[in-house]
Amino acid sequence: MSRFTELKAVDPAILDNVPQEAGSAKPDAILTATGITRRFGGLVAVDVNHLEVQRGLITALIGPNGAGKTTFFNLITGFDAPDEGSWTFEGKPMGALAPHKVARQGMVRTFQLTKALSKITVIENMKLGAPSQSGENFFKALLHPLWRDQEKDIEEKADALLERFKLNHMREEFAGTLSGGQRKLLEMARALMTDPKLIMLDEPMAGVNPALTQSLLEHVKSLRDEGRTVIFVEHDMDVVRDVSDWVVVMAEGGIIAEGPHSAIGENKAVVDAYLGTTHDTALVFNEETTAKIDSAKIDSAKIADTAVTTEIEDPQ
Amino acid sequence: MDWGQIFTFTAESAFGTQAMYFAIAAIGLNIHFGYTGLLNFGHAGFMTCGAYGLAIPLAGGEIWGFEWGQQAMWKGVLIGLIAAGIFGLLLGIPTLRLRADYLAIVTIASAEILRIVVRATSLRGLTGGSNGINGFTTSFQNARPSFLDDGFLGYSSRQSWVLMLGWIFVLFAVGFTYLLIHSPWGRVVKAVREDEDAARALGKNAYSVKMQSLVLGGLFGAIGGMFFVLAQGSVQPTPQDFGTPKTFFIWVAVILGGTARLWGPVIGSIMFSGLLAFTDTSLREAVRADYIPDSILDGVQVGQMRFILLGLGLMLLMVFRPQGIFGDKRELALDAR
Ligand SMILES: Nc1ncnc2c1ncn2[C@@H]1O[C@H](COP(=O)(O)OP(=O)(O)O)[C@@H](O)[C@H]1O
Ligand SMILES: [Mg+2]
Repeated sequence: MSRFTELKAVDPAILDNVPQEAGSAKPDAILTATGITRRFGGLVAVDVNHLEVQRGLITALIGPNGAGKTTFFNLITGFDAPDEGSWTFEGKPMGALAPHKVARQGMVRTFQLTKALSKITVIENMKLGAPSQSGENFFKALLHPLWRDQEKDIEEKADALLERFKLNHMREEFAGTLSGGQRKLLEMARALMTDPKLIMLDEPMAGVNPALTQSLLEHVKSLRDEGRTVIFVEHDMDVVRDVSDWVVVMAEGGIIAEGPHSAIGENKAVVDAYLGTTHDTALVFNEETTAKIDSAKIDSAKIADTAVTTEIEDPQ
Repeated sequence: MDWGQIFTFTAESAFGTQAMYFAIAAIGLNIHFGYTGLLNFGHAGFMTCGAYGLAIPLAGGEIWGFEWGQQAMWKGVLIGLIAAGIFGLLLGIPTLRLRADYLAIVTIASAEILRIVVRATSLRGLTGGSNGINGFTTSFQNARPSFLDDGFLGYSSRQSWVLMLGWIFVLFAVGFTYLLIHSPWGRVVKAVREDEDAARALGKNAYSVKMQSLVLGGLFGAIGGMFFVLAQGSVQPTPQDFGTPKTFFIWVAVILGGTARLWGPVIGSIMFSGLLAFTDTSLREAVRADYIPDSILDGVQVGQMRFILLGLGLMLLMVFRPQGIFGDKRELALDAR
């Protein structure tokens, strides 16, 4: 009776009648957060009034650097504790759960700064992800027959995922020898080993070679087809347009807008957040008309972001 | 120069009692540092637990109106292990949720506190105070099989009995570690060493697994301490025996052999003891044969000189083979990335 069997694909059209405003209710929310605040001294890093995430679809979380996206991920997954607020996952209250318990509930995250386990081989990285391994118990670990069969199943699953992520040729290499993009792939594949219901990807495409980006996107989309819920942080608007069913925009800790990507580009608050208040063009997500303006604008926003990231060590 | 003597003495030391109990303790430290990444700078504290836990019940004694006669060996072993387990829990509970360096600070201090406590005058009935405990090995030596009555390969009968059991235990400990490290448990431990948060994000309880590792390695430390005092025939609360220098020599053995290698701590301990004996005897012989004039080095100074040479040797090792004798250079290269 694996969690996998409970999943079923959801039609993105389900969001058609959802109001396009911050904090809107979703037909079937897997994650609901209310009144979440996190302060670092005087700085309010996260201040989310209300957020619901639709089950089975891909939600993009966008916003300028420092908006609080990573901090929000940290709070929801138990890596950090909010000053106030509560949230439920699958209807269960989640506050104050340790990170490993959050993961065991089926909510798994990746990190903005990739965490490949360098001195462990790729295949062992993958096998680590599998949940409920009896061989992880100290006493059972000593008795190989007690976990041999499970280990075989895990290995098969790991190999299948490695194949799917085109990492099978690196199977026996130390994860530390992988390129940045391959590490992102490995981290995502490893997270999938846990059979998550909700997978939270923090900038999965950052630093990934453009040739790999497309395949990463296909993987993200295939997660939706499997009925998994995806939340991902992304700066590249082309990517957001390509894969997301719903976009949530954060700025200065709060959620300032929500909606399908087609609606977000015209939203004044969003444009203000990205480009400052002195401007006169709308952010456009429409491919044909203004792809040029679009990428020029967003690229400048992106460049500004990168500059900030290199200055500040990411605080996750 | 009597090369025969130098060789014999070196070989005897390389497989002698020091190498044996170092190997056992180093296997424990390798579980801590090599596999789990725990910075334990108080391994001597675990050895103290084992040594006193064994010696106190075996010797018999009296304190605060309690009196006990000489107890059976197994009780001493059990008490030593329990003491080390409790010591590990006490160290781990406050520190293992914090950054790695907290454990380092707490272990180094706790081991020293423990050594000072056991030598307290008010505990004389229990621990023998600064005199330590003597004459608790009678029952152990009485159990010696008769085929060792004439000793073995130049080791005395008493020594060869401890050595035989000790080296058998080393084999057992290596096998035990092998099983653990090649299991899913070992995978989690290594993942925690590499990145705790990554392990947590995958649903692994990093705190619990670090605690298990700390206690397990500590038990090996305690058993090393037991073999040490069984071989020595007495427990002395001196810095050389149970203080920080002992901890660091065991670290040297682990690093010499190569961390996170199954046989690393064993080979490291053999080399450590062998090299120390080799520099000692060869220098002594050289001084006696006047290859080295007394104005440069006399017989008394040899004792210090060998540590200087050992330090030099370690530096050379770190320069030319930083991964240790058995280490994997590939792994080390990953650190730099
Ligand atoms: N541990 C921390 N200590 C102090 N400030 C922090 C910490 N973590 C994050 N911040 C601050 O909180 C704000 C939000 O950061 P972050 O969540 O990383 O933004 P994003 O992921 O959206 O770029 C930033 O101003 C950042 O400097
Ligand atoms: Mg971030």
